[in-house]
Amino acid sequence: MLEVTSINCGIVIDHINCGNGQKIFEKLNLGNVDFPVVLLMNVPSKKLGKKDIIKIENKIDLNLDMLGLIDSDITINIIENGNISKKMNVDIPKKVSGLFKCENPRCISNSDIYATPTFTLVNKNKNKIKYQCNYCDDFTYFNQR
Amino acid sequence: MNLKGRHLIDPNDFTIDELNSILDLAVDMKKDLSRYSNLCKGKILATLFYEPSTRTRLSFESAMLRMGGNVLGFADSTTSSASKGESLSDTIRVINGYADIAVIRHPKEGSAKLASEHSYISVINGGDGGHQHPTQTLTDLLTIKLYKDNIENLKVALCGDLKYGRTVHSLIKTLARYNNISFYLVSPNQLKLPEYIKENVKEKYNATIFETENLEDVINEVDILYMTRIQRERFFNEEDYLKLKNSYILTKDKISKSKENMLIMHPLPRVNEIDSSVDSDKRAVYFEQAHNGVFVRMALMAKLLGVV
Ligand SMILES: [Zn+2]
Repeated sequence: MLEVTSINCGIVIDHINCGNGQKIFEKLNLGNVDFPVVLLMNVPSKKLGKKDIIKIENKIDLNLDMLGLIDSDITINIIENGNISKKMNVDIPKKVSGLFKCENPRCISNSDIYATPTFTLVNKNKNKIKYQCNYCDDFTYFNQR
Repeated sequence: MNLKGRHLIDPNDFTIDELNSILDLAVDMKKDLSRYSNLCKGKILATLFYEPSTRTRLSFESAMLRMGGNVLGFADSTTSSASKGESLSDTIRVINGYADIAVIRHPKEGSAKLASEHSYISVINGGDGGHQHPTQTLTDLLTIKLYKDNIENLKVALCGDLKYGRTVHSLIKTLARYNNISFYLVSPNQLKLPEYIKENVKEKYNATIFETENLEDVINEVDILYMTRIQRERFFNEEDYLKLKNSYILTKDKISKSKENMLIMHPLPRVNEIDSSVDSDKRAVYFEQAHNGVFVRMALMAKLLGVV
């Protein structure tokens, strides 16, 4: 296995399902930062078989709703002085605002700048996460795998 | 029941008791219209119609004028600030200074909800795309109440385009909340009621639903026959349309063995789905249904303005 220096002070996002690592990396805009970051892909894992890992040598603000939406299996480790100071899990968010668009092209949230697309979770099956739009009541789907 | 300052975006915004309090007032207004002629003196209704709907707009305007109030507004988006690119949220904020209550008709789904989020005066949804049209539902409920006294223990057939018809969706979801209503859904296979609505009313309200493609199967059993228009363009092919269209047209023959006190309803405008020979039948109430729209809108606005 390839060696990656462990970080001293920052965040490790672990147990990411393969393929989701890149999505999270892009969402966190980690390609455009000036501190050390690393995206490990297809790392052997006891829990998942294979997994992705992201290491960030900085305590950035994380949008847990956004992370839970992309992959609710992840673990977030906060690192201080080289040790894990806090472990966090994320959930598929019950309410989301402004993270994605409504699939209904006729929905007002797709045409009025003051309408922040807002959704309520109605089904949390990871293969077909289902959100209902608070404006038009239509469904928008997500697939985490 | 105090409904002052509330919005009506979806019939589900109101409890059955709240809906009934509007219907009761509407019944009274219909009986004794003159008694209410000064109720909204000094009040202003704004009619914000981003797409034309002459009947809905006139019905609201008539309702406000009959209560002694005033109206202002626009009838389509080409003459409004929307044509200059103003967002709906900004328009409603401005209108808040011009009027005491507003009705909005807009082609985008969820538009009335958005407007209500930026408004401290009551916003009424006058139709938002294919989504909701709650005052039509209130009109339907009032018509049922006027003829059947109570909205309960009824067999209700809905016939025609049950897939795309928002009037039907809203009516079913609202009626299902009343006591012991069973639904008889009559439509061609391609235009059946969406599964999610069926599941919703079955699970939430325990409603019974019977589905068929033939109007004849149910027409002699039901208390209410709600007809809707089937549009040619909803069919996958012309052949299906021609084959099916006559089976969803109501004629005098078809109702010859129906219940004496069955109500034949239609949201109007109709095209040909109810033959004109039916109009003179005493069970045909669709024109009165349209008139009832004014009374129910009067009652709704009076309640939301808090003047009763
Ligand atoms: Zn929507």
